[in-house]
Amino acid sequence: MNNLMDITRRNVLKAAGAVTASATLLGAGTAYAAPRKGGTARFGIGDGSTSDTLDPAKTASTFSQLVVFGGLGNTLTSVAPNGDLVPDLAESWEDAGRAKQWVFRLVPGVEFHNGKSLTAQDVIATMDYHRREDSGSGARTIAQTIAHMKADDDQTIIFELVEPNADFPFLVNTYQLVIMPTDADGNVDPTSGIGTGSYRLGTFEAGQRARLERFENHHHADRGWFDAVELVLINDDAARQAAFLTGEVDIINRVPPDSVSRLSRSPKAQIVEVTGNQHFVFPMHVDTPPFNDPDVRLALKLAIDRQAIVDRVLMGHGAVANDHPIGPANTYFADDLEQRAYDPDEARHHLKKAGLENLTVDLSVSNAAFPGTVDTGVLYKEAAEKAGIEINLVREPSDGYWSNVWLKKPFCASYWGGRPTENWMFSTAYVAGAAWNETRWSNERFAELLQMGQTTTNPDDRRGIYREMQKIVRDDGGSLIFAYGNYIDAASDAVGVPESVSNQYELDGFRALDSWWFK
Amino acid sequence: MSVVTGRRARRSMSVPAWTARICVGVIALYAFVTVFAPLLSPYGETEIVGAPFEPASSEFWMGTDNLGRDMLSRLIWGARNTVGVALAVTVLSFVIGGTLGLMAAVRGGLADQVLSRVADALMALPPLVLALLLLTVFGTGFASLVTVIALIDATRVFRVARAAGLDVASMDYVEAARIRGEGLFSIIGREVLPNVKAPLTAEFGLRFCFVFLFIATLSFLGLGLQPPAADWGGMVRDNASLVLYAELTPLYPALAMAVLTVAVNLTVDHVLKRAADPRS
Amino acid sequence: MGALILRRIALALLALVLISLVVFASVELLPGDFADVILGQSATPEAVAALRQGLGLDEPAVGRYLGWVSGALQGDFGQSLASGRAVSELIGGRLVNTGFLAAYAAIVAVPLSVTLGAVAALYQSSFADRVINILSLGFISLPEFFVGYVLILVFAVNLGVLPSLALLTPEMSFGEMLVRTLLPAMTLVMVVTGHMMRMTRTALVDILSRPYIEMAELKGVGRARIVFWHALPNAVGPIANVIAINLAYLVVGVVVVEVVFVYPGIGQLFVDSVSSRDLPVVQACCLIFASVYIILNLLADVAQLLSNPRLRQPK
Repeated sequence: MNNLMDITRRNVLKAAGAVTASATLLGAGTAYAAPRKGGTARFGIGDGSTSDTLDPAKTASTFSQLVVFGGLGNTLTSVAPNGDLVPDLAESWEDAGRAKQWVFRLVPGVEFHNGKSLTAQDVIATMDYHRREDSGSGARTIAQTIAHMKADDDQTIIFELVEPNADFPFLVNTYQLVIMPTDADGNVDPTSGIGTGSYRLGTFEAGQRARLERFENHHHADRGWFDAVELVLINDDAARQAAFLTGEVDIINRVPPDSVSRLSRSPKAQIVEVTGNQHFVFPMHVDTPPFNDPDVRLALKLAIDRQAIVDRVLMGHGAVANDHPIGPANTYFADDLEQRAYDPDEARHHLKKAGLENLTVDLSVSNAAFPGTVDTGVLYKEAAEKAGIEINLVREPSDGYWSNVWLKKPFCASYWGGRPTENWMFSTAYVAGAAWNETRWSNERFAELLQMGQTTTNPDDRRGIYREMQKIVRDDGGSLIFAYGNYIDAASDAVGVPESVSNQYELDGFRALDSWWFK
Repeated sequence: MSVVTGRRARRSMSVPAWTARICVGVIALYAFVTVFAPLLSPYGETEIVGAPFEPASSEFWMGTDNLGRDMLSRLIWGARNTVGVALAVTVLSFVIGGTLGLMAAVRGGLADQVLSRVADALMALPPLVLALLLLTVFGTGFASLVTVIALIDATRVFRVARAAGLDVASMDYVEAARIRGEGLFSIIGREVLPNVKAPLTAEFGLRFCFVFLFIATLSFLGLGLQPPAADWGGMVRDNASLVLYAELTPLYPALAMAVLTVAVNLTVDHVLKRAADPRS
Repeated sequence: MGALILRRIALALLALVLISLVVFASVELLPGDFADVILGQSATPEAVAALRQGLGLDEPAVGRYLGWVSGALQGDFGQSLASGRAVSELIGGRLVNTGFLAAYAAIVAVPLSVTLGAVAALYQSSFADRVINILSLGFISLPEFFVGYVLILVFAVNLGVLPSLALLTPEMSFGEMLVRTLLPAMTLVMVVTGHMMRMTRTALVDILSRPYIEMAELKGVGRARIVFWHALPNAVGPIANVIAINLAYLVVGVVVVEVVFVYPGIGQLFVDSVSSRDLPVVQACCLIFASVYIILNLLADVAQLLSNPRLRQPK
């Protein structure tokens, strides 16, 4: 909980509008015990498989994201630990026409691992690769909002969008959109692993390991402290902890909540924990009875004991959420909205308003949704009984959960890693017609506000807009969003960790390779 | 005392009677716990009764698990989900594999050839591989779990039953029954079955143990019984990382499995010896 | 003799053909396909359709079966849907790793279990027999992953003498490889020794009750000599059989050990491929597993034929 408060009290983001950022240093850690170069850092990574690839369009696991986005490549912009949008490959960007036209200017003298210099053509070819009809890219929904691209000169790209979007500079920070070099014919080779990142590719064996070596010609002098990094895929929780305890790896991710206290007993371990946007959801289909009645939805939201889930399933390594998907890592997180709490009497009251004495609903659960899903369901079932609600837990197979259950069953378990901007999160899963609108909810006022948010660039106005949207989802939406889950990593005491770490993703927002060091 | 009887006496003593009696007692205890789980367990299977990971106390004899559920209660309920499921699977596999195996042995000819070749082909795929494929196709529900493992097991049972049946099928009394014009099932039931009881009983014990270990392995890969139902393999799995911190929780269900396996196998040994040498 | 062996080989080939059909059909039945699964929560209908077409998943099954079989005969198992690399290339290195670990475990486990089995048979009903019996049963009855974690706790975490990760790199010396993989090899030894030892004992005990052994006994030949000179050679058939089954298990059933010790073997590749519906890899793995089993059984059969003169006569 303390983490949560620390993170929300942070600078107002200067995301949109005419921002011409200077070469602000990224790592807040630079002010703290000075990092130094050297050593080979060994990472034990949970989440990866033999089907991982170097193709940025298809990076779907933490392992490949760390390699591709965290080590080999760079995006145009970057999100600092405090949530500010800062330069990466682009030194500046500006709104050249009511958030519909954006001009990006590249940092001069950036070099790819193969010696080629970064030009506007590389950026255009990369975006083209993702926005092709058949790209199969996870970032296609973003890339296809680009209507036209033009190189004004070698270092300047003009993006013409399909519709205005004040968040565009944020969106190009998506981990798939690392800039790839063009060859003589102007094509990109997505699986080459050649990028502009602070590390160059040594070896990459899907489902096993990867080794990256420092790229000496990297454009940021304050990144890439390790001489080399080795990533080992260790999916098994116990095996990962064992490798850490025996000193065979220096850094691990995904420490299970129930192991944190035990692991931290080891004198060599430092736990790196942040509350981010990762949140857990029980979405209800609002077009399916009984969930079509807003009072039933409210009753179900009041009948869950959020604190008990945070205490027992997350073992305190998380925070209660407030039925909307915006998290503490978002700029306009409305932490002043009243926190919804467990209240069986109030839940009964809303059931009565809906004309019901009792309610029986099926809830589809599987641990494929998030670790501890089934345990969460068990706790929810216990708590809801006191409100006269009988929750039937339907255990679905893990295999195929996302294709067979999610979006198909009217009340199931889901999770989101969250999105760096409010607009992005809402338009992905809350706006009518979105492919991943997991509750089938639609709301006129909400849609109107979404449009306003895209074209409004004044931060205060944006804060007001997004606050209202969070309130609407919270009170009317079909999403029961009960908790934020912390990202919990562990590093040996020989590793230097910046004073503030990013909460965008695990391992310092995938930046641990870049910004951590050996003391 | 002749050398021959001396040796026989040694063989039959391989599992001393008192050991066998203890083993039978252990199995009976497991059966008792399985049947009367609701009466024996202090708390419910999934009931949350305390704080997470409470140490052993007079209230919770084995402490509590990660959600604050009583470990002892889960162990007792786990007997149902482990022993019960294993028993169901084994019985089903014997009904299928045993019947087909004895039929193949007595009938012979083309039917035998076809069944044997199919069993060979299925046995060539390792059980784990076959289970992974089939469970992915049919889902990991309770019914499909039982059916899939029973089918895989049935191929092994088929082989044992057929081999045992072949020995008996060439005997004079079976020939005589054939000449009397008795039907296939009558021959199997009256003449063959009583004479293949011993090897099949032994196989039953071994298969039974194999099944619950197999389910434990499937639980490890996320394909076993689905939580929150307690099964021993899953309980070991869920608490496995505690082993690294030298904590006892995962030991109890592992021990429960080990003791049962040893008891069943020693009993089987004893039964086999008795069958081979009725004098002892 | 030659004819008998040829007959066994023909039967093995028939089984292989049947298996290829079973494998292909069951893999075809897997619900959902790669396109759905690989994109997971981030699958949009267009992305799935694009991927599916690109992978040729919309062609008829019969054509794909024939193409697959003819390719497999030439050692070409197609391309992995996930990585686009040749399946043979993907499997090759991992198969070598699996073979290494299996051989490591077998070299320890086979002599160990045959010796223990012989000792148990020799000193039937003795205290040693019972201890061997109960210990072997105990190891059989503990889940492999539990045994693995306990070994890690003792040797890696507490004593700090052995690594918990069994990662191999090409530049490692053979000695280093043996040390790196000692814990997983020991886990496997514990798992398979029990079974092999018990079957060895049973086979020996069976032979020890034969009349010719009784004759030898009456002639006053020592028991140890009887067991190792008269009984053991005659028990080669059943022992070879159980060794074959256990070796096949070592090649295939080690996925759990691979997970616990992070060993890059073929089992992990298989499990991953099933869950991502990477069908060419799944099919190739199944075919390899089945071939290993059939070849090992064939070898056991031949060993039995060679060791037992009475079986050499055609029926």
